[in-house]
Amino acid sequence: MFKVTDHEMVPKHEVLTPQERKEVLETLGVEKEQLPVIKETDPVIKEIGAKRGDVLRIIRKSQTAGHSVYYRRVVEG
Amino acid sequence: MGFSLLSPEVIKNLARVRVVVSDLYDADGYPVEGGVMDPRLGVIDPGLHCRTCGGGIGDCPGHFGYLELAKPIINVLYTKTIYQILKLTCRKCNRLMIEDKKEEILTKTQLTAPSKCPHCKAQQKKITLSKPYTFYEDKTELTAADVRERFEKIPNRDLKRVGFNGGRPEWLILTLFPVPPVTMRPSITLEGGERSEDDLTHKLVDIVRINQSLKENMDIGAPEFILNDLWELVQYHISTYFDNELTGVPLARHRSGRALKGIIQRLKAKEGRIRGNLLGKRVNFSARTVISPDPKISINEVGVPQEIASELTVPVYVTDMNTSYVKQLFKDDKINYVIRPDGRRIKVTKENKSELTTNIGIDWVVDRQLKDGDIVLFNRQPSLHRVSMMAHRVRIMPYRTLRLNPSVCIPYNADFDGDEMNIHVPQNEEARTEASFLMEVQRNIISPKFGGPIIGLDLDQISGVYLLTKENVKFNRQQACQLFSEAGIDMELPDKEEFTGKELFSLLLPDKLNIEYKANACMNCDVCKKHDCPNDGWVSIKNGQIETGVIDKKGVGAEKGRLLNKLSRLLEDEDLRDFIDYAGRLGVAYLMRRGFSLGTADLDIKKDIWNDIRSKIDGAHEEASNLIKKYKTKELRILPGMTAKESLEAQIMNVLASGVSGVSDIIKDTMEPNDIIHMFTSGAKGNIINTTQMAAVVGQETILGKRIKRGYLTRTLPHIKPRDLSPGAHGFVSRGFKQGLTPFELFWNIMNGREGLMDKSLRTRKSGYMQRRLVNALQDLKVHQDGSVRNSIGEIVQFMAGEDGIDPSKSDWGKLNWKEGMR
Repeated sequence: MFKVTDHEMVPKHEVLTPQERKEVLETLGVEKEQLPVIKETDPVIKEIGAKRGDVLRIIRKSQTAGHSVYYRRVVEG
Repeated sequence: MGFSLLSPEVIKNLARVRVVVSDLYDADGYPVEGGVMDPRLGVIDPGLHCRTCGGGIGDCPGHFGYLELAKPIINVLYTKTIYQILKLTCRKCNRLMIEDKKEEILTKTQLTAPSKCPHCKAQQKKITLSKPYTFYEDKTELTAADVRERFEKIPNRDLKRVGFNGGRPEWLILTLFPVPPVTMRPSITLEGGERSEDDLTHKLVDIVRINQSLKENMDIGAPEFILNDLWELVQYHISTYFDNELTGVPLARHRSGRALKGIIQRLKAKEGRIRGNLLGKRVNFSARTVISPDPKISINEVGVPQEIASELTVPVYVTDMNTSYVKQLFKDDKINYVIRPDGRRIKVTKENKSELTTNIGIDWVVDRQLKDGDIVLFNRQPSLHRVSMMAHRVRIMPYRTLRLNPSVCIPYNADFDGDEMNIHVPQNEEARTEASFLMEVQRNIISPKFGGPIIGLDLDQISGVYLLTKENVKFNRQQACQLFSEAGIDMELPDKEEFTGKELFSLLLPDKLNIEYKANACMNCDVCKKHDCPNDGWVSIKNGQIETGVIDKKGVGAEKGRLLNKLSRLLEDEDLRDFIDYAGRLGVAYLMRRGFSLGTADLDIKKDIWNDIRSKIDGAHEEASNLIKKYKTKELRILPGMTAKESLEAQIMNVLASGVSGVSDIIKDTMEPNDIIHMFTSGAKGNIINTTQMAAVVGQETILGKRIKRGYLTRTLPHIKPRDLSPGAHGFVSRGFKQGLTPFELFWNIMNGREGLMDKSLRTRKSGYMQRRLVNALQDLKVHQDGSVRNSIGEIVQFMAGEDGIDPSKSDWGKLNWKEGMR
């Protein structure tokens, strides 16, 4: 079966542990609701099995910075 | 609070006057009570007081009146809503024909009228809306009264489910008509005491008159058809009162034939209340006129005509420290107004001047005329980026144009073919300081858009410094002094008798400047010879002395200027400004000295070279005809993803393009240096393609990127053989502009030119709208202290601005210059 996460243009998504999540939110000084979102129906989310409310760390390739880190909260959709 | 419908009850409670007569004024010219100009509706005449609230002009907001309509009238602005609800209303039980199982609110798409009422099972008839405001049930007309009657009986719980929230659908059909206060429809008194009423007042008079006549006719029991005609007429007047651009309704006209303005017309479009008065306003302390160039003033100056300067003012607060200064201003007639401590504003005239001079004291404010050195905002529309509006220092000048240094044409995108620009005068110290720190020209030389100079030399200024810094330009001491004097540069020359152009230019550079880069004149050779460049294209500056290389667009031009970018790190803003002033003037001064001109003779080509060029073009024609032959015999190489015809077109275009570029190469290699060549090697204006087009061959003219194929079915022009595929039949121009084009060639050139024109206007419109949407979407995003981008409610958009967190205004054309940063 083809997996979207195997495609080179799909960046690495990882679910944060509650501990990590707390740290990330603290360093950013934001509530969970202020993070960008991703729908739970997103193919990547279905594949990695993340649950609603989880926070993901997405590591993307970047033209300007080599790689960049992004966070998203899984929401209903 | 929110927007909702006015119920008849509210309309009545809101009103202070019951309007009953259509007359405005009685025989003595006083407003009639109960008319639409009733004095209780508000005041519009200075000195009078409101009969309702007692306020004068400005205090009295105006008060509504109401008119009792003889028969209900449909509010045209709601016909659509009325139609939707009417279709849904059962003709028998007057309930909305929706399933009442759940409590949910239904969306528009869920609402389709069934043919049978789900509640009373009554068969429904087909309801149609005949625009703009007539309803039919099958073939019989439903009057506004009928519709209203049905609506009145709809139960609230049904309404809730289709989105009504407190309002009632029968309110969509007017029984009481609100008469707006006179303050929103003021009449104007013409000279001779004649009054001219507002459009809305005219409309209201019509409404009241016809309504009264309808009422009277009803009372005397007039025949039905007369009543219906009058009813229809009231409906017409009220409809056009709201909107006088209804389709299918004749325009309501003024006596003069001009279309009256309805309420919708007041609000709508560019000059309407929203876009014309709320989103954009006219401002005071501003001026606008034609611009013209003045290379002798600094880039942060603006030449203001005396006539404008004596009209624009700056407030001066009189203190015990500046009374003598203010008195001097009075003496010089430089004060237009004084403001007394009680806030009264008095115009200074010849008569009261001496009186005011003696009365003036602390706590007075005087409006002083603009003078040299004042800071003003200077702007050219369209204001597409921040440097479209910059702060300049005033310089009062004779004549009637605003003068600006040609170097700031680039950020404003201005030229002098009739462009006009605006100035605005800040009115307090805070605004002036802010303008000076944020908006003055020298603070905006480096653009945060791309991390390079957006202000620099242009055109002749570049030609000038290029020619000055070329090799073998020599001056004796006297000539050097003369040149600097002409350029208005006050500077001590080194103790020498002979100077090169490079040495003179180096005098403008700071000693700490060290830089190496490739100039615009660089030919991009395969192996760069650097210091030994035959074109002098390797610029090397050591300790502020130009060792090799010419200074051109890559050095001092806007957007490209490496030198300016480097200098912006070494110098204060003011010194960089002076450098641009000096370099520009030095360039122009040298150009004037040397002479700079071009003519057709500069495009002359020697006989043998000309023959080479012709054979090159003939060769291209030959190749193209070979391709056509192959195409006809089906031997043509078919390119991937293309049909045979497309392959042929692509290959012909290729062959011709390489033919033309071959000609360009010949010209580049063989043309004697002249001022045309100087212009494009320095980057001042033009390029090799322009030159080739003038001197030798214009090349392929295209429509939508393809060879020209429009016109007749099988040919482009009637003079050409059908199905001719040759270059000459499809827009290839084998001659140059100097040689002259054949009529066909000229026609193709014009076709191409017209396409360019259309494209340009289309593109500016499209990109303008795209930019507007982007600006609106992004306007409240902000880069925060931690480098993250967040919107106004704190949601994160990017965790690191641009992923790399680089501030483009501190970068070199978007790139991080780490070598420089380490030093």
